[in-house]
Amino acid sequence: MRLTCTVNGKVETIDDVWPGESLLYVLRERMGLPGAKNACEQGECGSCSVHLDGILVCACLVAAGQVEGAEIKTVEGLAGATDLHPVQQAYLDAGAVQCGFCTPGLIVATVDLLEKNADPSDSEIREALAGNLCRCTGYSKILDAVRLAAVRLEGAGKH
Amino acid sequence: MEFFRPATLIDALALKSTHPTALCINGGTDVMVELNFDRKRPETLLDLSAISELSEWSDQGDSILLGAGVPYTRIYQELAKELPGLAMASRTVGSLQIRNKGGVGGNLGSASPAGDAHPPLLASGAAVNVASVNGTRAIDINEFFLGPKKNAMNSDEIITSVLIPKARGGQQYSKIGTRNAMVIAVCSFGIAIDANNKSVGTGIGSAGPTPLRAHEAESYAATHLDWVNGSTVTPEMMKEFGALVAAASRPIDDVRGTAAYRRHSLAVISGRCLKWAWTSTQDMRSK
Repeated sequence: MRLTCTVNGKVETIDDVWPGESLLYVLRERMGLPGAKNACEQGECGSCSVHLDGILVCACLVAAGQVEGAEIKTVEGLAGATDLHPVQQAYLDAGAVQCGFCTPGLIVATVDLLEKNADPSDSEIREALAGNLCRCTGYSKILDAVRLAAVRLEGAGKH
Repeated sequence: MEFFRPATLIDALALKSTHPTALCINGGTDVMVELNFDRKRPETLLDLSAISELSEWSDQGDSILLGAGVPYTRIYQELAKELPGLAMASRTVGSLQIRNKGGVGGNLGSASPAGDAHPPLLASGAAVNVASVNGTRAIDINEFFLGPKKNAMNSDEIITSVLIPKARGGQQYSKIGTRNAMVIAVCSFGIAIDANNKSVGTGIGSAGPTPLRAHEAESYAATHLDWVNGSTVTPEMMKEFGALVAAASRPIDDVRGTAAYRRHSLAVISGRCLKWAWTSTQDMRSK
């Protein structure tokens, strides 16, 4: 099938898509956007988290045919022309990146959390990020990064 | 593989009638796992996610009519007061990413004995509305589950909604797993107390070939709860209720736990659920 959808603000048309393949496969293999990571392919790890029509989803659990006409935002769409997104910068500054494989998914999930809840409690952060696994197990630094991003975004008046 | 994405229910029913082996997909959280791992290669995939009426709910007075595709996130954000048991169960499903997409229709369609929505639907006495080109019918939740991953639907039917009575007393849901998120229940239990009818409904998950009711435990609770004065549930009542729930289960040993552990943990969580649900029944009464 021919698939047309908006990815990071740009309308994209891709031919020869198999409608049963995952949105993750479309992003990585057909559109050259490898930010969303492919690990479990069953929604367990959160590495492929993206925004689909404003909702946080696992791209591996969305069929390509379902995103016709949809708006998708991936980790590649977060940074500005010169600066990283404040959440990305906070992950760097807090030392929340070890091997980095889970980082894109966690950053997208963190952006989703802070858009809805500018000042989350620790338990709210834990619940919001429970679907994102870090096998380097750097969770305490990840929590630091979320708190740091929340403070900076509040200070910047972004909410 | 053919892929259809009808915009209306009428079109979807026509397609299901001409393609009875079509696999329905909506949130995708179950179906995509099957596709990704080559466990299923359906000739036809019928995407229901563009049909707006499936992702709406409405207040029917004594009941909530819940569209099959309303995601779990919306159930616990919007219906926690009317359907507290289902809301609690919804909040335990997978992760936020899963809850944003998955809904009760898919849970019922998959009919896994471990489905988180099933115990509260059994406890509340819900009805599953299915439709085909020949019309609609409501299937009593007690007659919906026929076996592991088998339900009472015909091949030309689509689940459209679930009619769930609003809470008329305390409700609870409890689930055993290795962590608070991303858990397929080792076992689970839902309870709904009906203070108007002085009755108790139950649902057992992941401890039998289908989700189950614990009928004797329900009768025991209905006759032993102090409906007049609302006095607290005693440890003896918790123990007896739990023992009757465990006796109603039919668990097996599998990768998630042993039958013996399931019986034991069911007894513990169901006793607690009875106490908690009775306490919230009294809180509701005093308001």
